[in-house]
Amino acid sequence: MVEFFLNTVKPHFNFWVYVILMMVGLWSLIAKNNLIKKMMGLAIFQTAIILFYVSLGVKDGATIPVLEHYGDYAEKAEPAGPDASKPASKPASKPAPNPASMPAPAASNPADAFANPVPHVLMLTAIVVGVATLGVALALCEMIFKEFDTLEEDELLRKIKALHDDA
Amino acid sequence: MNPKIFASIAVVITGLVLLYGVSDFPTFGDPRSPANSGVEGGAPSTSLYYINESYSATKVPNLVTSVLADYRSYDTMFETVVVFAAGMAIFAILRCVGKDDGAVVAPQRKSSIDGDHNRIIVGMTCRLAVPVVQIFALYVIAHGHYSPGGGFQGGVMLGASFILIALAGNLEDALSRLSERSYMALAALGILIYAGFGVLPQVLGKNFLDYGALQKILLTDGPEMARSHSMLGVEIGVALTVMSIMFAIFANLSSRGTLKGGL
Amino acid sequence: MILSFDIIILIFLIVAAIISLNVKDLLSSAMIYGIYGFLICLLWAEMGAVDVAFTEATVGAGVSTVLFIATILNTRRKSSD
Repeated sequence: MVEFFLNTVKPHFNFWVYVILMMVGLWSLIAKNNLIKKMMGLAIFQTAIILFYVSLGVKDGATIPVLEHYGDYAEKAEPAGPDASKPASKPASKPAPNPASMPAPAASNPADAFANPVPHVLMLTAIVVGVATLGVALALCEMIFKEFDTLEEDELLRKIKALHDDA
Repeated sequence: MNPKIFASIAVVITGLVLLYGVSDFPTFGDPRSPANSGVEGGAPSTSLYYINESYSATKVPNLVTSVLADYRSYDTMFETVVVFAAGMAIFAILRCVGKDDGAVVAPQRKSSIDGDHNRIIVGMTCRLAVPVVQIFALYVIAHGHYSPGGGFQGGVMLGASFILIALAGNLEDALSRLSERSYMALAALGILIYAGFGVLPQVLGKNFLDYGALQKILLTDGPEMARSHSMLGVEIGVALTVMSIMFAIFANLSSRGTLKGGL
Repeated sequence: MILSFDIIILIFLIVAAIISLNVKDLLSSAMIYGIYGFLICLLWAEMGAVDVAFTEATVGAGVSTVLFIATILNTRRKSSD
């Protein structure tokens, strides 16, 4: 029982929850009648996807991606002083940034102390763009209400059909 | 009933397919997963490059800000343009000048907090809170290099301070402090600043958005400090646009386009 | 990555999402959406994504909830389902 928990549930349990959240949002987007509930379902779907992306960059025992003692970390064997930060005097243990010659990810890589910053960058953009498009969607909802006096999908479809039958 | 049945079937099938796909994922929190350190025997992931090399190239300790505003600044520029375009879209959809539509639900008009003695507590609290929020927002923008923060967070907080004035008092209170012409001009100015930081290196002969070329104009010792200062300039542009558009979206949505009544 | 904290917050997330989509009063729905946003911010702060947590706290749980409430008060407050 414990080893079922450790082998099956523990590595992936949060991905199951993200899939459940995505499906809750997707169901509400299709099946709900009210337009505002549909928008809320869309927002929940978006945040579930963003959760998924950010959790790809989590490392066990890592700290936030902000260099703290940046005097010592980035210039490991370099003398900290007035003549530091010259790119030519990089220590020999750091090879040139050529992907082919970079050391293969061995154990105790010093970069393991920081969380992966790339998913955070991409998801910052996604959150802000999400709220901007939510604003546009809510503006459309208000105009629909002004025109047809209802926000329920079945009544809207009936009224639009009645408009087309008259015209 | 038909949409509900169709939705349930679609959701269940999609959910089962996704759950089956989840079983192939790397373990949650694994430092050796392909996203975190690259494929064994293949190329290492770009995040290793950013963690190891970005401080010596840009002198900015916050790795997220340096990747967002320097290595992937093209992406961030178009994100700002998307926010601006959303503001323009809401302006085009909702804004109606002069036509007083007093239709089904007319927005309630509250009185301003300056003159109303019944809401003196709310007015006083708002007067105390708004300067603190704005100074903290400016701190978050300026300190984005050294701590979590940056242009987006600070810009949204500045916009939220104007929304607070509109919620505590009248929409006209907030509009008298940041009028429609001002916020439209500020939104465009923010994007102009960002694009200006991009085009200026092109004028000097280097690539678009190559901040290291600006070291002669910014009078720094090397390209690293020029990149650091340009990142601050670019974040200021982003903050201006995001502040204006957040307040614009709220003002148009809460008054249904007329900018007269409101929440 | 604290296991018990993660499990509790994720269960709260599912409960908040389902409740927010099933209440009939749209104002309560927007409030619970705000709760959902703050719970996600907490989860990201625990995962080490502090920039994303900051942005979600201001944008997702702050401005987004206010936009929903502004729209709901200009349209109907009750929904049929």
